[in-house]
Amino acid sequence: MTPRSPETPHELSFGHELPPEDSAAPSKGTIRVLQLYPRDMNIYGDWGNALVLAQRLRWHGYTPELLEYNVGDPFPADVDLIVGGGGQDSGQLVIQDDLLSRESTLKQMADDGTPMLVICGLYQLFGKFFKTRLGSVLPGIGILDVETHGTDERLIGNVTVSSPEFGSILGYENHSGQTTLGPGVEPLGTTAKGTGNNSTDGQEGARYRNIVASYLHGSLLPKNPALADFLIRTAVERKYGSFTPGTPDDSYAVLAREHAARRPR
Amino acid sequence: MLYFSVPLGKFVRRVSRLRGGGSALPGLVVEKIDPDFMRRTLSTLPLGVAVVSGTNGKTTTTKMVVELLESQGLKVFTNRTGSNFTRGVAAALLGEVDWRGRLDADVAVLELDEAHAVHFVNKVPPRYSLLLNVLRDQLDRFGEIDKTAELLQHIASRTTGTVVLNREDPRVARIAQTLDGPEVLYFGLDDSLLSTFPNDDDMRAAPGSPVPAAPARPAADVVLRRVGADDADFEYDGATVTTGMKLRGVYNIFNAAAALTLARGVAGARGTGTDQAGLLTALSKVAPAFGRGESLVVDGLPLELVLVKNPSGFRLGLKSFPAAGYATMIAINDNYADGRDMSWLWDVEFDTLRDGGVDQLTGSRAYDMALRLQYDDVAIGAVDTEIAPALAAFIRGGEGKPKRIFCTYTAMLAIRRELSKITTVEVVS
Ligand SMILES: [Zn+2]
Repeated sequence: MTPRSPETPHELSFGHELPPEDSAAPSKGTIRVLQLYPRDMNIYGDWGNALVLAQRLRWHGYTPELLEYNVGDPFPADVDLIVGGGGQDSGQLVIQDDLLSRESTLKQMADDGTPMLVICGLYQLFGKFFKTRLGSVLPGIGILDVETHGTDERLIGNVTVSSPEFGSILGYENHSGQTTLGPGVEPLGTTAKGTGNNSTDGQEGARYRNIVASYLHGSLLPKNPALADFLIRTAVERKYGSFTPGTPDDSYAVLAREHAARRPR
Repeated sequence: MLYFSVPLGKFVRRVSRLRGGGSALPGLVVEKIDPDFMRRTLSTLPLGVAVVSGTNGKTTTTKMVVELLESQGLKVFTNRTGSNFTRGVAAALLGEVDWRGRLDADVAVLELDEAHAVHFVNKVPPRYSLLLNVLRDQLDRFGEIDKTAELLQHIASRTTGTVVLNREDPRVARIAQTLDGPEVLYFGLDDSLLSTFPNDDDMRAAPGSPVPAAPARPAADVVLRRVGADDADFEYDGATVTTGMKLRGVYNIFNAAAALTLARGVAGARGTGTDQAGLLTALSKVAPAFGRGESLVVDGLPLELVLVKNPSGFRLGLKSFPAAGYATMIAINDNYADGRDMSWLWDVEFDTLRDGGVDQLTGSRAYDMALRLQYDDVAIGAVDTEIAPALAAFIRGGEGKPKRIFCTYTAMLAIRRELSKITTVEVVS
């Protein structure tokens, strides 16, 4: 069983379970991973990102503690890493007010350097606003200097991104909001296949401090272990001063990447 | 023009068959030269048209409805070849009408893909519609689940007689509130079975966790009360009946409740009474449709094919067909018909395969599946993206155990093609 945190009573009713721990080696430390709104923002395999962070923490010799934060929950203390996913438009409406009420907490954490991964819907809401096709504006929490405009065009398909930090990143996009970056953020990379943030500038995702924001599902982290390990290393270094990696076996990830890269758009 | 369209369409159909072509061309021809052909022909049916749509289980459910209605002595026209789009219906009609364009049937029962059903009902308002579910399936095609629900809502709004809805799927049940014309009937599940049917909203609920208190649910015409090893209990007309079932898998049997609801509605509309015993006998004899949990025999051992198309279906498949005692293969393709996005594999938990592991993985995305299993600590035998050698190795191995293959749609077609070389497999044209 996942260790439960007393601050998150709703954790019991949601969430997949981690496989049982089988390592007898002493833990190098505990990392608290918070899933943001898994109840309403969990479409397209967002659990995969949380699972990969938790399992790779184990494979590196650390103990993951998986927490969940849903609408109305108390916000857990001492969070080391945050992961948030996409949702349907209806899911975004459900979390909207709650997310705005957590704006200062999340901003503080972001500026303190807490590593975060936000995908698709939460990427958009971490930005300044989402303006729908019909012109109504959903405010975001403005951690990322990005803005998103709803369109009639759905950007769908396999994506390959080349990133200066992480090498090639493989994933799958499915969104109709188009995002443009302001001067306060860097793109995660440029698209070699697929569309990315919008249909004009060939950029995908955003980087700000230790936040990685992206449109890519797939799920993103399983086939991109370099990204997963960046988030893990950052979380561990912030908490324990240094990170001693383990030796995860990434041979399936390598092969899955090779085959995915050859698939049609 | 009108008088020539049917003979010409039939002629094109015959020629395109001779040339080994698909079913779309003759449909296209008749649609072009006689756009009213389909509506005109179907409007002559005394009991009208019934449309079956939804994400999961359309093919098996349509087959059940057809067999149930045939047990009532009705002549049923259906699009049996799996052409579940408008042009396919027109082509199937061409095969059935006589040279003067007359269709000898009492009722049409048509399986239609959600998006194509919308085009169809705009041309031919159905008397009945049966809406099964809205699940996360090929979202890369429809965009969003809520969008799919809107497509089903449109089908319901065009229905002139009776709309049959899944009471347990919130997005489908909600359609009732938007209707004021047609009668609404529901099919439903016993409370004790609700937890075996995760919908995408509570997909993440931990196994065994209590079902959240649901709002009061409307009364259902047919309720599935219990599922046994080879039988099931259905409740309708205030009584519970037990019937043997050849169908396997709870989700197929829930769709039997759907089929019963629709068939009772159609048969009841004749006003000559319904042969209740005949309905149940027919239901007990329904065999799974092509690839939907069917059982073959290979080298004297059972081999089951379980089609998995989306996270809910895969979860149900794993739950319905326990792994113990079986050798297991998983075949994942990412062709258009399978859906290109692999994200869905991460919404399925594979812990039930942890004890025995998976013997063989195959398909264009075999390594995505391997990666998924690695993160659930499930042991993997061999991986080969090529289906033919993987299947051969799987059949050779397995230590005399019965075998089970979970496969996506196009992987299933490839597996059946290979199997047909070594055993007898029903071939669907
Ligand atoms: Zn997305």
